[in-house]
Amino acid sequence: MSLLKVENLKVSFVTRNGTQQAVKGVSFNVAEKQITAIIGESGSGKSVSCYALLGLIPSPPGRIDGGTAHFAGQDLLALSEGELRKIRGRDIAMIFQDPMTCLNPFLTIGEQLIEPLRIHRGLTREAAKVRAVELLHEVGIRSPETTFDSFPHEFSGGMRQRVMIAMALINEPRLLIADEPTTALDVTIQAQILQLIADLQKNRDIGVLFISHDLAVVADIADQIVVMEQGEVVETGSPDAIFNNAQHPYTRKLLAAIPSGEREGSAEECEVLLDIKELRTWFTAPGQDDPVKAVDGVSFGIHRGEVLGLVGESGSGKSTLGRSIMRLAAITEGTVTFDGTDVTALEGRELKNFRRRMQMIFQDPFASLNPRMTVYDTLAEPLLLHAICSRRELDGHIAKLMDDVGLARAFIRKYPHEFSGGQRQRIAIGRALATQPEFIVADEPVSALDVTIQAQILDLLLDLGREHQLTMLFVSHDMAVIRHIADRVLVMYQGKIVEAGPVRQVFDTPAQPYTQSLLASIPGAALTL
Amino acid sequence: MLRFILSRLLQAIPVIFIVITATFFLVRAAPGGPFDAEKVVLPEVKRALEAQYRLDLPLHEQYFAYLADLAQGELGPSFKYPGRSVNEILFSGLPVTAELGFYALLIALVIGVTAGVFASLKPNTRQDYIPMSLAMIGICMPSFLLGPLLVLVFGIYLEWLPISGWGAIPGDKILPSITLGAAYAAYVARLSRAGMLEILSQDYIRTARAKGLPEWLVVVKHALRGGLIPVIAFLGPAFAGLLAGSFVVETIFQIPGLGRFYVQAAFNRDYTMILGTTVFLSSLIVLFNLLSDVAAAWLNPRLRSQFSGGSR
Repeated sequence: MSLLKVENLKVSFVTRNGTQQAVKGVSFNVAEKQITAIIGESGSGKSVSCYALLGLIPSPPGRIDGGTAHFAGQDLLALSEGELRKIRGRDIAMIFQDPMTCLNPFLTIGEQLIEPLRIHRGLTREAAKVRAVELLHEVGIRSPETTFDSFPHEFSGGMRQRVMIAMALINEPRLLIADEPTTALDVTIQAQILQLIADLQKNRDIGVLFISHDLAVVADIADQIVVMEQGEVVETGSPDAIFNNAQHPYTRKLLAAIPSGEREGSAEECEVLLDIKELRTWFTAPGQDDPVKAVDGVSFGIHRGEVLGLVGESGSGKSTLGRSIMRLAAITEGTVTFDGTDVTALEGRELKNFRRRMQMIFQDPFASLNPRMTVYDTLAEPLLLHAICSRRELDGHIAKLMDDVGLARAFIRKYPHEFSGGQRQRIAIGRALATQPEFIVADEPVSALDVTIQAQILDLLLDLGREHQLTMLFVSHDMAVIRHIADRVLVMYQGKIVEAGPVRQVFDTPAQPYTQSLLASIPGAALTL
Repeated sequence: MLRFILSRLLQAIPVIFIVITATFFLVRAAPGGPFDAEKVVLPEVKRALEAQYRLDLPLHEQYFAYLADLAQGELGPSFKYPGRSVNEILFSGLPVTAELGFYALLIALVIGVTAGVFASLKPNTRQDYIPMSLAMIGICMPSFLLGPLLVLVFGIYLEWLPISGWGAIPGDKILPSITLGAAYAAYVARLSRAGMLEILSQDYIRTARAKGLPEWLVVVKHALRGGLIPVIAFLGPAFAGLLAGSFVVETIFQIPGLGRFYVQAAFNRDYTMILGTTVFLSSLIVLFNLLSDVAAAWLNPRLRSQFSGGSR
């Protein structure tokens, strides 16, 4: 029996540049007591469809052009805003993508948790609090009594997502809509949250509509998968049918984009380009006596032309290690030797020259590009700063860089916001390559991107690496990505390297329990890919 | 938090010291002196006056003598109001100016926040354009133009309100307060609109709507606090502007506040009076900037916990 039956839903966005149809006649069912997953890349209309059902798309510019959505004997799309409000948070609840931004930073967690109870059921604060504490306990928050009066910033992303889940379930809804609930989380946390959602769904017998761009994520939990592309449903089926017998070419493309397998051929033993000895980077927070030992006595070497993967969950110190090598974080102790020079002692002009030979690519291509600079300006800056070329040769150099990273030359005068996430990461890679570096630290360069885009960027990095004889330290929390790109891998945990070795060895015969747990949390690990 | 306040107060000391020093030498560098009146004064009389007020000493000695007095909270005698000290004059004018500033600020906040929030709810519609256009006019309109215009319309044509004075006739406080507050209402409206628009586009507002909260609760409980932080932070600098504006308004409406004494003192080269008022007002401005910074930080739980972490 279906809990929610959406038929022929059409949504468009009316802007000054014309009307854009985001959802073009979409139909799907969410069965009672089952998990239905909608899969598609960003821009495929999967989130818009679900927001439209609850009247949560901003209007204008959003507009529902037609269709029906039957839920509990009512057509959601025909309800007034007031009637819809009574359903939101009571019968249908939502969890969102980014738990860091979805909780109000100005209100305590408790205050936000009890709101749905107070509004829909008119409970007193005290009664609502009792219920909220129970539920916090159920979603796995330790000491829920104290949590109740804390503010969101005191919690990690995973914990906040647990709070969001508790908040969604507090009124015992019949349908839970989860919009990419694990995309912003680490793999290990992702596995926990997925398990939590699956467990809660079973215990409560509710219907779940799970939106994701990642087929691997939903493989283990979904009962039914709906694949969307460009505002249309292209394929619907059980996970078994989708994974083993995909009909539509787009579904096959999504399947192929799941990172798997290791790189072919590895760099032969070359000289050591970068040698790190007993590196320690400690931070002392104001008012605290014990320093945070982000990097605590790490030693390793990177050979010229090698891609070294550095893996660990957030907080393991992997980003700080990358930054310490670049001298972007102050090193407490130890040495970093680059091509025979100790870089920890460099100052002024020498440091600047050294920075030319080492570049960094950051995680978030939305935040790391200056929004007020065109692509041309972004690429021209390092070229001129390091005197790579004269002003007269500038246009030629920039055009070459655009070609290298696979961007059309026509885009050169555009600003970052006019590009997609994948294109921006290409710009960021172009900026890093501009100084003709020998060594690149790539700090989670693909974790903010869709899987299909992710695969393209990884291939681009590999191609460019070969072409320019780059040595790379590739930092990621995603074991699957590391396996795809790296020659050797270091596993970092609490500031220390717990395991190191060639990719094949670490993946096939992990020695440390921590590495084993990282490998086990790769989504879709149960599937034979 | 305490450590933050203390460090800010310590930073204020050099600021005020520089203000004193600069004012002290600048007013003396201006041509003319307190006793260069139009009527001729006998040279002996002038010398006696100068001796009485220490004006015959070398400049640096005058400066150090002034600093020594100031350290004891003594702002010295007024040159132009014989027998009255600067302290006395300041404290007689202060309540009036403070009252005027308070009303103006109240008007600015009530009108400004209401208009700004109202406009932010339906951006780029008539509900947004009308209040924001009015705000633009308010910012552009100088108080020496707005004041006489208000007097002309409400005082002379309509005869609804008195045209000058302070506390003598009922209703005579209304026009000066509006004249002073109007520009700030306009700034506050623009700031609160921008702040609210930013907050209303946040993900957690969508969360609040998804929970089924009625729209007014979303705005008042979830958006307003974050949206008004820029307004709170603006109040410190606004206070300095209000003081400067009050001098003009007090002159237009014949109000016996600090501002009029200050302006007259400058014309009269009443050195101690100028210095005393400057020192007093700059201290107030520093204090109010600190207060608005502390309030803005206090409203943000993340900053608040940092501060309480720091004071441990």
